[in-house]
Amino acid sequence: MCGIVGLFLKDPSLESRLGDMLTDMLITMTDRGPDSAGIAIYRDETPGRVKMTVQSDTPDDDFAQLDTELGSSIGKSITMRVIDTHAVLDIPSDSVTTARAALGTIRPNVRVMSYGETLEIYKEVGLPKDVAARFELSKMHGTHGIGHTRMATESAVTTMGAHPFNTGADQCLVHNGSLSNHNALRRKLRREGVHIETMNDTEVGAAYLTWRMQNGATLGEALQSSLDDLDGFFTFVVGTKDGFGVVRDPIACKPAVMAETDQYVAFGSEYRALVNLPGIEQARVWEPEPATVYFWSHNAAPTATEKAA
Amino acid sequence: MQTFDLEAQGLRDLNTTLQAQSKETNQTKWEIVNAKGSHAIAVGLDAPIEVNVMGSTGYYCAGMNKQATVRVHGSAGPGVAENMMSGTVIIEGDASQYAGATAHGGTLVIKGNASSRCGISMKGIDIIVHGNIGHMSAFMAQSGNMVVCGDAGDALGDSLYEARLFVRGSVKSLGADCIEKEMRPEHIEILKDLLERGECDAKPEEFKRYGSARKLYNFNIDNAY
Repeated sequence: MCGIVGLFLKDPSLESRLGDMLTDMLITMTDRGPDSAGIAIYRDETPGRVKMTVQSDTPDDDFAQLDTELGSSIGKSITMRVIDTHAVLDIPSDSVTTARAALGTIRPNVRVMSYGETLEIYKEVGLPKDVAARFELSKMHGTHGIGHTRMATESAVTTMGAHPFNTGADQCLVHNGSLSNHNALRRKLRREGVHIETMNDTEVGAAYLTWRMQNGATLGEALQSSLDDLDGFFTFVVGTKDGFGVVRDPIACKPAVMAETDQYVAFGSEYRALVNLPGIEQARVWEPEPATVYFWSHNAAPTATEKAA
Repeated sequence: MQTFDLEAQGLRDLNTTLQAQSKETNQTKWEIVNAKGSHAIAVGLDAPIEVNVMGSTGYYCAGMNKQATVRVHGSAGPGVAENMMSGTVIIEGDASQYAGATAHGGTLVIKGNASSRCGISMKGIDIIVHGNIGHMSAFMAQSGNMVVCGDAGDALGDSLYEARLFVRGSVKSLGADCIEKEMRPEHIEILKDLLERGECDAKPEEFKRYGSARKLYNFNIDNAY
């Protein structure tokens, strides 16, 4: 099962309500995935700075003095916002790689959830309503976001197995489905030097996209080639700094519903997730076609490119 | 007219109430409000009642229907009218995957588009779609009629047994053992009736007929991998 939601705002007047709307959508999808939940939200860009969202099972110990220790270790000023088990570190753009390496030494138990100029990821094990409450997701503003409720069909129910998965700066992905060639693909990607942490199939899908993009593909091209290289069932919803996209496998077993109005584009695994959105009665509602990449961006017109036969 | 507020009264109460209606019931007209994409609305009905669902539905709306007429004033989620035995189900909007799957009888009308696997393993139902249908529709269909006023997706009628498929628009590809067949006068008559029942004003002459080549019925070494 698993449930996916996504909301891409066109109307800036809705930005203060993004977290509230996404949280409602996420909680509605609880019976598709009660094991863990997560949300990726895009907001608050500061020129020259990058946000790194980190997680710890023992936040009181790990986050104490983390900003000052990490800052002095790399010789830069770092600020930190702690939200429950997560903390968002604000790092100078040119120091992200060194900060990440230093973090591994200073706090080996801290996991990186995401990095990027506008992306923040919050995810934990537990019922979606509890996860949403812990991070006060409903109070968050932003330009767009995606969320996931997990019903684990393989691999452990852990924070690292929860979605969204960060796949590169400001890029993330949520997945409904199951990949059948993830073990072979994991071995191949590891040989290529890609870091993969868990036995989770979605992490392999995410790592695959990162690897393709590191080798010069655009996100659209990476999603297109995933249709050939990933075997199994998947509906992916991806977020980027200025947009979000959707792709389903050619069999399209996993459900997906989209809605578009002048104010937003919304995605849900089921129509139920969309029923409380403003103006949904007048929205264009449709089911995305199989093997077709859909993408919306604040900087470009929407696209729907059908896969070449 | 009986009005049922699904949000206030709940799904179990709704289906218990509707399933309790007998053949002689005086409460023949029902309106369900606040459907909000809920699952399993109006399933297992067995009385000649008319149910209007105001809004879109989730999974398995009007499943296993007998006798009743269920009209959805919105779109339907996956598995609408699955395993219907008789009666009529009308969707004013679109229908998601496997609409009318395994249904033995009755009529399913979809005014918008239907998604993939429409009428999969249909066993006697008549399905009339005003728009397009997705891939793998009528897969292993055994009996009944499917009318598509728009286009059909990939692998229409794959491993088809005996259902009749009428398509007005294009067919992206035919599945294994599915072929185009001659439209004879008796098919025009059948189609005319189906279009009338489907609240559709398309002309029967504009359709092509597809059916089984019957080459998969018996063991043939050429069919093996």
